[in-house]
Amino acid sequence: MTAQNTTAATTAAKTSAQSKVLTPIAWKFPITYTILALVSLIFFGLIGRDGETTFRIATSGDLFAIPDVVVSSTVAGLILSLILVVMAASSVYLAIKRITLAAWFPMVFGILFVVSFLAWAGGGSGGVIPLTTLLAGALALSVPLIFGAMCGLVGERSGIINIAIEGQLLAGAFLAAVVASVVKNPYAGLLAAPIAGALVAVILTFFAVKYWVNQIIIGVVLNVLVVGVTSFLYSTVLTEDPELWNARQKLPDLPIPLLSDIPVLGRVLFDQNILVYIMYVVVIALQIFVFRSKWGLRMRAVGEHPKAADTVGIKVNFTRVRNTLVAGAIAGLGGAFFTVGSGLAFGKEMSAGQGYIALAAMILGKWNPKGALLAALLFGFSKSLGNTLQSIGTPVANELLLMLPYIVTVLAVAGFVGRVRPPAASGVPYVK
Amino acid sequence: MTTDTSPAAPSPAPPPSAEAEPGKEPNLLQEILSGSWLVSVLAIVAALVLGGVLIAVSNAEVVEAAKNIFAAPGSFFSTLFSTVGDAYSALFRGAVFDWNARTTERAIRPLTESLVSGTPLILTGLGIALAFRSGLFNIGGQGQVILGATIAGYLGYALHLPPVVHMLIAAIGGIIGGAIWAGIAGVLKARTGANEVIVTIMLNSIAGYLLGYLLKQNWFTHTTSANPQSRTLDDSSHMFMLLPSPFRLHFGFIIAILATIFVWWLLERSTIGFEFKAVGANPHAARTAGISVSKVTILVMIVAGALAGLGGAAQVLGTEFKLTGGISGSIGFDAITVALLGRSKPLGTFLAGLLFGAFKAGGYLMQSQTGTPIDIVLVVQSVIVLLIAAPPLVRSIFRLPAPALKRKES
Repeated sequence: MTAQNTTAATTAAKTSAQSKVLTPIAWKFPITYTILALVSLIFFGLIGRDGETTFRIATSGDLFAIPDVVVSSTVAGLILSLILVVMAASSVYLAIKRITLAAWFPMVFGILFVVSFLAWAGGGSGGVIPLTTLLAGALALSVPLIFGAMCGLVGERSGIINIAIEGQLLAGAFLAAVVASVVKNPYAGLLAAPIAGALVAVILTFFAVKYWVNQIIIGVVLNVLVVGVTSFLYSTVLTEDPELWNARQKLPDLPIPLLSDIPVLGRVLFDQNILVYIMYVVVIALQIFVFRSKWGLRMRAVGEHPKAADTVGIKVNFTRVRNTLVAGAIAGLGGAFFTVGSGLAFGKEMSAGQGYIALAAMILGKWNPKGALLAALLFGFSKSLGNTLQSIGTPVANELLLMLPYIVTVLAVAGFVGRVRPPAASGVPYVK
Repeated sequence: MTTDTSPAAPSPAPPPSAEAEPGKEPNLLQEILSGSWLVSVLAIVAALVLGGVLIAVSNAEVVEAAKNIFAAPGSFFSTLFSTVGDAYSALFRGAVFDWNARTTERAIRPLTESLVSGTPLILTGLGIALAFRSGLFNIGGQGQVILGATIAGYLGYALHLPPVVHMLIAAIGGIIGGAIWAGIAGVLKARTGANEVIVTIMLNSIAGYLLGYLLKQNWFTHTTSANPQSRTLDDSSHMFMLLPSPFRLHFGFIIAILATIFVWWLLERSTIGFEFKAVGANPHAARTAGISVSKVTILVMIVAGALAGLGGAAQVLGTEFKLTGGISGSIGFDAITVALLGRSKPLGTFLAGLLFGAFKAGGYLMQSQTGTPIDIVLVVQSVIVLLIAAPPLVRSIFRLPAPALKRKES
């Protein structure tokens, strides 16, 4: 197969040299795939680590039990690596033929690469890799990111750059914890969190729309402000009487009958609290409304070409303010996941930079709800992977694993996504 | 168009539109007269008032007194003013002059402590201000400080050299570390168009994890201890002290002054600085005029990173003397607000760095003496920057007349 590819490559190269109309061959992806496949083949397959890796699929109380999958580390690595090599070769072939790869291709490639890596990482230490825990952790770590990315997306599509997602998450987490604790009902916190996020958005739009202050600057400063206010109140009011102000309240899990009994994915997706279900609704709703509704059309219009929008009678600044407030409320909800969503009390700076990652997820997803969702899940997964590997003890240092999602983002922003195009009027104040 | 900004002539135009009109950049004297410095001072006052409100509402005694405000208004106000006054006087005593101290040395030590805290803020702030002026948002001060501190610190204990030479080599290592880290963002921006805001944010986290990883490696830390920290730096690598023992003011402060002058010269007197500003003002026009925008982008980030790296080096060689995971503190993020408060100008950044250094030094005394959490400093700092970014707001708060002509803030 590889030999055929090479001959095809040479002929294709000849034809491309003859006709100048053809677009240049996109080498970026095939080269990346090839490098990853070779890494997998050499390190996870050929060098490999002796021993067996156990993938634990079942969790207690499943509808039907699935036995653990035990594989030999090197054999699994070799087989998966060979599949990867074949996929890389076919991507080279398709690139030469100038055929764009289907969307499933990178996903399947990525999943196989990760499984190959897991088989290698689990070997030697006799580690058990709990798949359900790994994926559930990934989803849990992604929830605030997804809410944050949706917030950023609505804002930027309307023409307001929102760096303050971090602050909105933190404010949401804070108010959710405090209100839930005082009312002694976690659902009250869920109502309060969007208000906190929207309040931060009020300040953002006040300075951005009324005073035309640079939106990146306001965002950065607002993050500091929210950290300052919440930490200050935490150190004074909350710690003085934690029973009243900062008692732990957890949203109960609401398993959906039948669906939640499906092993692995059902467990992960449908045995969650209401906040996660709200997240599904928000993502699906945005995916539809941004591209299929009057609201979405107007939002994109004021974000791309506010003057044209104004000419046809859309109130540009009103639309921007309203959408940014809605977006702030969404981010606030995401913040609630840190406290009432996970059953934790509020802690200083507990959003820990997640807002910035959400921003990266939004850009990685090209300002598209579906894309942002996948990017956020990718971040959540790599973090969860890091946690899992740390607990089973692998030769890879934890810090290097945790670094991985950030490096992926840099690479993605630089190479994969290339010159991403934000909404044209994003960050530009509209002046009549 | 006139640059006469006499406050006697109130402008009928609404402040925002007056703000945005492009105009000739006023010189320093005109700028003071036009009230932008006044706005800065008033913004600081307003922020301190707001901080006072926050201190008051979070204080149990004040809240208690407020419940009886109609029965005993006098006691409410006295509690209010004593609480807020205590906090701010402790802040001042910790930052400038401690009149409660027993010895003269201790009384003036707070001022030097403010300078010590301000030194890395000034250096890093200059790097961020320089990038702002060239139209680049360098949010990566934190990562550049970490890299600068890491390399400077490593050279400080891994090499054994004669005193001054050792310090200089370690500091240069810090400069190179910061320059490389910011240079990555610059090259990616120039070559692939990668948004520098995202790349620098990501590089911050990567730098943090990188340092965390290195501090667990014995070959790097030169210790056998399990603690994630390095060996103490050689004495020869320390930035020498400017004052005798109880004071910690070190040579880094002189470097900060020199760096401020250098950035001023670069931006105002050099050809390359002119290109920086031209790209910042209008990259399309700059390209048309024959300036290589990508070359400028890379160069700006390298110089900015070098300054931030020097800030990290000053921190480790001047005050900390060993590498820990928290070596950079929040210098990189504070420096962004420093640059903003300084309006991205060298002298402004220098003064803003001193102010925030004073807040930092004073905040510790305030926290230990009055129990007011140091986090209030963050609130005050961010409100200052928010207000300064919107001069019309400050003017409307204090009922100041709008100037006839004012350049729009960037």
